[in-house]
Amino acid sequence: MLSNILIYFVIVPILMLGGLALCRNIKQIRAVAVAGSLVLIGLSVYLLVEYIAQRGLGADAPMLFTGSWTWFEALGIHLAVGVDGVSIAMLVLTSIIIFAGSFASWKIDNPRAFFLWLILLSTGVYGFFISVDLFTMFMFYEVALIPMYLLIGVWGTGRKEYSAMKLTLMLMGGSAFLMLGLIGIYYNTEMPDGSHTWNIIEIAHQGHIDKGWQYFLFPMTFVGFGVLGAMFPFHTWSPDGHACAPTAVSMLHAGVLMKLGGYGCFRVAMYLMPEAANDLAWIFLILTGISVVYGAFSACVQTDLKYINAYSSVSHCGLVLFAILMINTTAMTGAVMQMLSHGLMTALFFALIGMIYGRTHTRDIRQMGGLMKIMPYLAVCYVIAGFASLGLPGLSGFVAEMTIFVGSFQQGMGEYLAGAGSLRLVFTIVACCSIVITAVYILRVVGKLLLGPVQDKHHLELTDATWWERLSTVTLIVSVAAIGCFPNFFTGLIRDTFSGELFEAVKLNMMNIF
Amino acid sequence: MEATLPLLILVLPLLMFLFLGLFGKFMSHKWAGIIGTAGMGVTMILAYYTAYLYFFSGNFVEDGTRVQYIVFNQDWLSLWGNLVIKLGFLLDPISALMLVVITTISFMVHLYSNGYMRDHHGVWETGFQRFYAFLSLFSFSMLGLVVATNIFQMYIFWELVGASSYLLIGFYYTKPSAVSASKKAFIVTRFADLGFLIGILILSFTTGTFDFMSLTSTPLAGVENTYIVDAATATTALETGAGQMFLGGSLMTWALVLIFMGGMGKSAMMPLHIWLPDAMEGPTPVSALIHAATMVVAGVYLVARLFPLFMINDDLGGAALDIVTVVGALTAFYAAVVACTQLDIKRVLAFSTISQIAFMMVSLGVSRPEVHDNLGYMASMFHLFTHAMFKALLFLGAGALIHAVGSNDYTAMHGLRKRMPITHITFLVGCLAIAGIIPFSGFFSKDEILTACFGNSIIAYVWMSMVAGLTAFYMFRLYYLIFWWKEHKVHEGHHAPKDQPWTMTLPLVILAIVATFAGFVPFGDLVTWNGHPHHGGINWMIASISLCVALLAIGLATIMYRKENPLPERMRHLFPNLWTWARNRFYFDELYMFITHKIIFNSICKPIAWFDRHVIDGTMDAFASVTNKASYAIRGLQSGNVQSYVWVYLIGAIVLGGGTVAVIFLFF
Repeated sequence: MLSNILIYFVIVPILMLGGLALCRNIKQIRAVAVAGSLVLIGLSVYLLVEYIAQRGLGADAPMLFTGSWTWFEALGIHLAVGVDGVSIAMLVLTSIIIFAGSFASWKIDNPRAFFLWLILLSTGVYGFFISVDLFTMFMFYEVALIPMYLLIGVWGTGRKEYSAMKLTLMLMGGSAFLMLGLIGIYYNTEMPDGSHTWNIIEIAHQGHIDKGWQYFLFPMTFVGFGVLGAMFPFHTWSPDGHACAPTAVSMLHAGVLMKLGGYGCFRVAMYLMPEAANDLAWIFLILTGISVVYGAFSACVQTDLKYINAYSSVSHCGLVLFAILMINTTAMTGAVMQMLSHGLMTALFFALIGMIYGRTHTRDIRQMGGLMKIMPYLAVCYVIAGFASLGLPGLSGFVAEMTIFVGSFQQGMGEYLAGAGSLRLVFTIVACCSIVITAVYILRVVGKLLLGPVQDKHHLELTDATWWERLSTVTLIVSVAAIGCFPNFFTGLIRDTFSGELFEAVKLNMMNIF
Repeated sequence: MEATLPLLILVLPLLMFLFLGLFGKFMSHKWAGIIGTAGMGVTMILAYYTAYLYFFSGNFVEDGTRVQYIVFNQDWLSLWGNLVIKLGFLLDPISALMLVVITTISFMVHLYSNGYMRDHHGVWETGFQRFYAFLSLFSFSMLGLVVATNIFQMYIFWELVGASSYLLIGFYYTKPSAVSASKKAFIVTRFADLGFLIGILILSFTTGTFDFMSLTSTPLAGVENTYIVDAATATTALETGAGQMFLGGSLMTWALVLIFMGGMGKSAMMPLHIWLPDAMEGPTPVSALIHAATMVVAGVYLVARLFPLFMINDDLGGAALDIVTVVGALTAFYAAVVACTQLDIKRVLAFSTISQIAFMMVSLGVSRPEVHDNLGYMASMFHLFTHAMFKALLFLGAGALIHAVGSNDYTAMHGLRKRMPITHITFLVGCLAIAGIIPFSGFFSKDEILTACFGNSIIAYVWMSMVAGLTAFYMFRLYYLIFWWKEHKVHEGHHAPKDQPWTMTLPLVILAIVATFAGFVPFGDLVTWNGHPHHGGINWMIASISLCVALLAIGLATIMYRKENPLPERMRHLFPNLWTWARNRFYFDELYMFITHKIIFNSICKPIAWFDRHVIDGTMDAFASVTNKASYAIRGLQSGNVQSYVWVYLIGAIVLGGGTVAVIFLFF
């Protein structure tokens, strides 16, 4: 078991938890957090290199580094792991954000407890991304959700109890759907030997789920994960939750946790139930298409920095789900790129907002202005994050959005010209409009917050970023720029999943391609 | 051709940007300026050398035709099948021309800014290093745009020039007007880019490629095409794509019109022109570089780049080229009328720029193979070249005036011809060039445009001649109001306006010389639509008519504005409504204000935000509070009080028992 590298993604955080429990002062706690996250980054990079090497040597299984250990025989529950390009991308993303997040919470109150919960949360996230057993996956999913309640409720600001409760309840509501869906999948998988299985790879390969059941289970799982992916109309936990959460939690939540939703939607809902996905896609296309413009329009009038970002996340994550529903290689590759891109740039945004808030003690853009003069470093980083968000070439957002738009348009126009309806085409064009609205709200914030005359004389005494803040932001900016400048490396990594054997099998299952 | 040299042209400005951006604050202002200027100078020399090799070495001519040559082409992002975004370097007549134009103006502006970006006492402005970093970023993006090998690369750099323009317009970021102007410029062009993007999507869908060479090498019916370099990549999808109709137009027409919309945004064509006058909030050298000579002609360049497609479309009966003509003609006239009434010297020049770019658009729009073998295409590129020179000259001259006087308003200037002789002469050269007086460069290019118009339709010719007359009029109005009239008294303690330091006057003199003689460049031999040399002299009939029109207009301006007199006032009272509307730019800004603020912000965004908080979130909260209330209501049942439990038990037993008995009695 220990020879499988993937297990260490769970073991390292657990060791970190133990280490944190033993720490005596804040220096040790920071040391554990930084050392641990460095190990995790190293581990992810090693995995990435190893994965590419193995693929290069001709390994063409849908998932590599697989392993399976029985956990509860009676119900067939295994600890089954395995990764493909998408999961690796997500693991790398998680490691980077935890690293940046550790630095962003350098001065947090009661650091031991804070980091304990934060690392527990990331244990869940890592576990989720490496699992291929539906039950284990769900378990890790829950492990990732629960600490959020405490992290927001204890370390948050504003109406933190209300927001923590709301966030937890809504996500738990999603989990209820999800659990029902997963159990349903388990009992409806017909393996050749008549047994049931939780294993995703096996289900996708051999276990065909009855079409009638798919119509029931697909919406269950898609909505269940979609709640975490901030799908309209189940997104309202996001503005309140983000607004009240402490910096590192917002970073991790928007950066990584919301990706669990998108990842789950395609790994479970789309992969295992392609026929229903094909037939019911229109419902969710409409919902996610609405998400994209609705979130953007809402962001235009908000005055709280975190609300603006939360709504912008609704818009960007809506685009992720939207692209997944296109069921074509390019758009789905773009969806994963968008997950990466959004994860990094939102983490950057929330880190910066936290840093600004820590100085000015307000997040209301009407009470701030001209911060470029006072804290140029943070302001420049904010502008870079903004440019990434509105899709400036050279930064990650552009690559992701263009991949999605090209893929979706090819699909939509193809369908339209084949006489199969214009839904995908129309909603692709609607989604394209978001590039304009995004520019509006980003530039509005940049103009009000950073440029113009200094609004509040007291702000003149504030200082610019400290070294740990610089480290945190530089990490994220470099990552954003790396994706933006060398996208082919990342799409190449991801594309395998959507053009490999498994995906082709999934596609074949969709008999009537409109 | 070695790839190193062209690669350096792109990489050098990028490195300058990174270097000055990251380390600028550790170096003195002086050195930042020197390094930036020197970097641009080297880039200029490399670009000149490349252009020289392309045009004169003979290596790029096959059978008397200049070929398109791809120096390098690197995969950047694979999308769909053959749809791969590449970053490369395409060398052909128009890209070589643009390399020269961009690097020349950019170098002049770099040099000029060393003097301009200081106050009267020679103290450098804060953010000077940042200014040079942004200038380098802009130069990089613009160069990348013109050498694009495929339409997506163009889109990438198109966005980047938009962002650098945003950064430079908002250079004085503490000034609210500059901030809102930069925002406006970005958002308006972004809106246009939405069209561009969708156009690209349609085009790439129908043809299966982004590549310019493949797109434009499709054999045309009845038109000899010499651009076939790699016929194997040529797709036949164009014809099929052109056949599919959508909302009354073929897909091809839609794609081209939408792509042209992107060009309208960047090139400030009506009704997307509103950002350009406001963009004058940026430092004047920026206006000269970006908003007069280079970025704003990107739209013209785009149409020129895709010109073979526009021609196919025209052959097949599509309306794309006609739309280009009509938009251009309307814009040219509109901007010229508005320019006659503006007070701010830079705004007059901004509207003049809009009008002149519209000339180039019209010239492309009327260009047909049967009219002097696409004379319009060549004329457009020629005018792009000469306009870049004389308009940069005018802007830099305006900068010198503004710097000397300390105001943009030319009512504050008057009578400066004696105090600032060099600026005066060079500005006059610029005015003569734009008015189209022989032998200044504008005369030649404008004559060709008018000839092309004449060959296409007499209406276009008359219309554009009228606009040319207006151009001469408003430019000389500006000239007289600045340099003639009675001098203002210099108040004590103020500096008298005088010519500026050499860093500022040298570019003026160089550009004035170029603007004077650029007309004699044998343009027809160098830049034509198909690489064949174009032979044809000046059409003297048209030339003499337009010369007369220009001289008449200048004469009128002389009568009205050389000295203070009541004529302009009387004219104004003659057409009071027209004057008010023109002065207020025909209320386009107010219209946009109404649409964006009243309709989009107040009637879409705000209701959506309210709906989200109160209806959607309210529903979620309602679930919670109903659950809460319900549990509150029934919690009394769990009181732990045994007596009440017994009571409930008893009542329940009686009801159930009685019910059972009743049922038995009733039914059995």
